[in-house]
Amino acid sequence: MWVYTDKVKELFDNPKNVGEVENADGVGEVGSLSCGDALKLTFKLDKEGRIADAKFQTFGCASAIASSSALTEMIIGKTLEEAETITNQDIVEYLGGLPDKKMHCSVMGQEALRAAVANYRGEKLPKEDSDIVCECFGVTEKEIEDAILDNSLTTLEQVTDYTKAGGGCGSCHERIEGILQRTLGQGEAEVEPEKPAKSGLSNIQKMKLIEETLEREIQPTLAKDGGSIELVDIIGDRVLVSLRGACATCKASDITLKHYVESKLRELVTDNLVVEEVAQ
Amino acid sequence: MKTIYVDNNATTKVAPEVVEEMSPYFSELYGNPSSMHFFGGQVHTKVEEARERVAALIGARPQEIIFTSCGTESDNTAIMSALESNPEKRHVVTTRVEHPAVKNLVGHLKREGYRVTELPVDRDGLLSMDEVSRAITEDTAIVSVMWANNETGVLFPVEEIANVAKRRGAIFHTDAVQAVGKIPINLAETQIDMLSLSGHKLHAPKGIGVIYVRRGTRFSPYIIGGHQEEGRRGGTENVPYIIGMGKACELAANHLEDMQVRVKGLRDKLENTLLEKIPNSIINGARDQRLPSTASISFEYVEGESILLKLSDHGICASSGSACTSGSLEPSHVLRAMGVPFTAAHGSIRFSLSFYNTEEEIDFILEVMPPIIEKLRAISPFWDGSIARSCTAS
Repeated sequence: MWVYTDKVKELFDNPKNVGEVENADGVGEVGSLSCGDALKLTFKLDKEGRIADAKFQTFGCASAIASSSALTEMIIGKTLEEAETITNQDIVEYLGGLPDKKMHCSVMGQEALRAAVANYRGEKLPKEDSDIVCECFGVTEKEIEDAILDNSLTTLEQVTDYTKAGGGCGSCHERIEGILQRTLGQGEAEVEPEKPAKSGLSNIQKMKLIEETLEREIQPTLAKDGGSIELVDIIGDRVLVSLRGACATCKASDITLKHYVESKLRELVTDNLVVEEVAQ
Repeated sequence: MKTIYVDNNATTKVAPEVVEEMSPYFSELYGNPSSMHFFGGQVHTKVEEARERVAALIGARPQEIIFTSCGTESDNTAIMSALESNPEKRHVVTTRVEHPAVKNLVGHLKREGYRVTELPVDRDGLLSMDEVSRAITEDTAIVSVMWANNETGVLFPVEEIANVAKRRGAIFHTDAVQAVGKIPINLAETQIDMLSLSGHKLHAPKGIGVIYVRRGTRFSPYIIGGHQEEGRRGGTENVPYIIGMGKACELAANHLEDMQVRVKGLRDKLENTLLEKIPNSIINGARDQRLPSTASISFEYVEGESILLKLSDHGICASSGSACTSGSLEPSHVLRAMGVPFTAAHGSIRFSLSFYNTEEEIDFILEVMPPIIEKLRAISPFWDGSIARSCTAS
């Protein structure tokens, strides 16, 4: 049985703004019967360009109905520009949380909103120009990328929880992994490291911490893909490593090195570290 | 709030008579049935009585009954034993609608290099005997076909299939976890070689199962250990549970007629009235070839989890073949194999009754169900007033 918050239960039992707005200015329809959930959002603007009324119709489980109701409550009174900043995370927060496997319900809310706004403006949705990755649930590359960036997703399983992509036959798993790697690379390059540098480490402490981080954090993750990493030397802030196993022949190993190994070491040891691969 | 439990294909209440029969065998009569002393000996006698009771329910001989830990162990034992006893044969025949205990095992076997035929079913959930007959060849080691489907209650003609298997020299196994105790079974009159059953589906506790192995069937144990169960299943006997299983089988035999008549009547009333009161509702599975106790009904354009939660608010416990309830994203493999349209598969609800259910309970379900569906359809974008919009699913 799913564990839902009281807010989800409340909105499931007594959803607000059910139905269709008459003479709607914007209409967004996402999902389908075959996918197991679908949402139709309609809104009307007032003279000042604020959303005067919004209504929804949803086919889906309790969290889909609650997410839809939450969405309408959140956008009423907002300008389109304000409404557009609402992400699926905001919907999740409004609901006090959703089970991991139900995150796609909040994403559906965000997508319906984008679709309705695009419909009002007579624009095409960016996802429409994007290739379909998951045939089972009709999920495009753009949708997957957005979900990864908006929610800091790192695993295939999370992508499935948030977008449903890969939840059917599984034949697109490899492509999703590829999108993950590529998108993660971008995301982390843009994001400034959050943690302040851990100053005051002596050289010996630093070396020990690097060794430990490689052993405990990084090695097990690489091992999952059949790879392995070996510490060759530490010269000042330069960490020299050699990649083994699957990593040695992997085309994405540069990304792994910079965006995973290096950022992990920077996060857990100190900010100035530079990871370099050396031949052994 | 009163609990109305109509999810008996998931698990059942342990009958008070069963608990009573079991209880002395924990702290008082705790001997090991293999021991030489009187204290173990009296337990041995009781275990053998349980074996006789199980055998009596399914028309078997007591020596043909082996106690296991669950239905899944029984299914795995049957299939692996057949393959091990016939190493020259590399083909397995089963159906697309089996329980995961068989379905996922044959999936594993496929990866191990076995050839597996999973027979399709039609819109009513039925097999074609022609296809069954074509599928079984000289190379087939085992044919494993469930007796009754857990989701729809549809019965397969396992006796007939067993005859075909016999003619081709294949072992026939049936997962009868949902059938035993609900329909009369007399194995002596069939060619079925192996049959699995599970305690918790017939008012015994969870954690006890049985595999029937016809005398003369080549058998290779799955759990290797001591001499228990005549060397056919290692591990000290789960004495209280075995005794509980025996009692539950005795109870099931006594209630068999009640299941065929009264419980079937309740199920039929539930189905007929729901169909009458709620438009766009469909029964899944051939109505005349089903267990007397199971109803799988699809309510189009609404989603199963939502229905279940609303039922749960009224104390009603049922289950659904919808994607959202399974943790996976796709609806039940049984309904998909039957070609049930997505409009209906996502909104499927299974009511499974037991001899504990009463007419008052059914009447209560009939009272609360129509407004639940009506309310959810009012929210659904696919439901337009009284007429369903055509399915625009991609």
